[in-house]
Amino acid sequence: MSDEEKDSADGGKPSESKAELDRAFEQLYRDHLRDVYSYSYYRVGNHHDAEDVTEQAFLQAYRHFERARRESNGRPLRPWLIRIAHNLASNYHRDRARRPQRVLDESEPIAALHGTEQIVEGREELKSVMEHLQHLPDDRRDALIMRFALGMDNREIARSLGRSDGATKVLIHRAIKQLQEEMSVNGG
Amino acid sequence: MAVENPSDVESLLRSALRPIEPPEKLSGRLEETLSAITEAAAEELSAWAEELSESELRSLRQPRNWVRPAAAIAAGGVAAGGLVIVELRRRGGKRPAPLSGLADQVSDIADQVRDQVRNRLN
Repeated sequence: MSDEEKDSADGGKPSESKAELDRAFEQLYRDHLRDVYSYSYYRVGNHHDAEDVTEQAFLQAYRHFERARRESNGRPLRPWLIRIAHNLASNYHRDRARRPQRVLDESEPIAALHGTEQIVEGREELKSVMEHLQHLPDDRRDALIMRFALGMDNREIARSLGRSDGATKVLIHRAIKQLQEEMSVNGG
Repeated sequence: MAVENPSDVESLLRSALRPIEPPEKLSGRLEETLSAITEAAAEELSAWAEELSESELRSLRQPRNWVRPAAAIAAGGVAAGGLVIVELRRRGGKRPAPLSGLADQVSDIADQVRDQVRNRLN
């Protein structure tokens, strides 16, 4: 897709017709389905729930798309989309924590999160970094997923997390430092 | 690899956190849902119309009043329709619903749309 098309999908112009909006949404969906799915997957840890979170994220995005385009002033909408997925994933974990024990027993254990075995193909050090990642504070872990799985820059991550660019830079720096320290201590 | 400095960690993270391709069935499922939204909106409009009071119906006999409710339904009802589809699919499935509140969302949106339309008609 050309930059012009991408701009059209992300930033809106005033008074668009419904057909124009639908086309722009379709483009946004095609451009960012993988991002939303990847983020959801790394947050919830299994394909079933990642699919549900992704589907809900796009439905919510569709509902608010016109306003988001109007208010974006031409800025990319990926951080907005990821923020929706981020909130849905947080709700998922909150609901899961509240669910009765019987249901918890049926769900996949957190230790198996992310299907690590498949992802890292047996490389112990990658497995280790994934395990340590899961023990980071939520905001640090989420920022690292956005940076490394989605390739987002500090500004995009800042918009997704509702922080300043400077605070996001510090957050990522501390997250990497914490991972390094903990992996060194635990023999990463 | 020895994890001696931050660049080692970054390198490991880059390898471990690869983008995940969504399953093909998800793309199909989402496209189906979004396509079905238009039909669901029409059904929503029909259900809403049945609940209209006499005065609202009288108001709607004036063609100049048609645009507003149609726009309101398009804005809210469409999304509600989509959520209804997801909820129905989820209820039909075998696994437990991992995310709660969908039914509430649908109901809230429908109420919101009705209030919006009624306010505009009055």
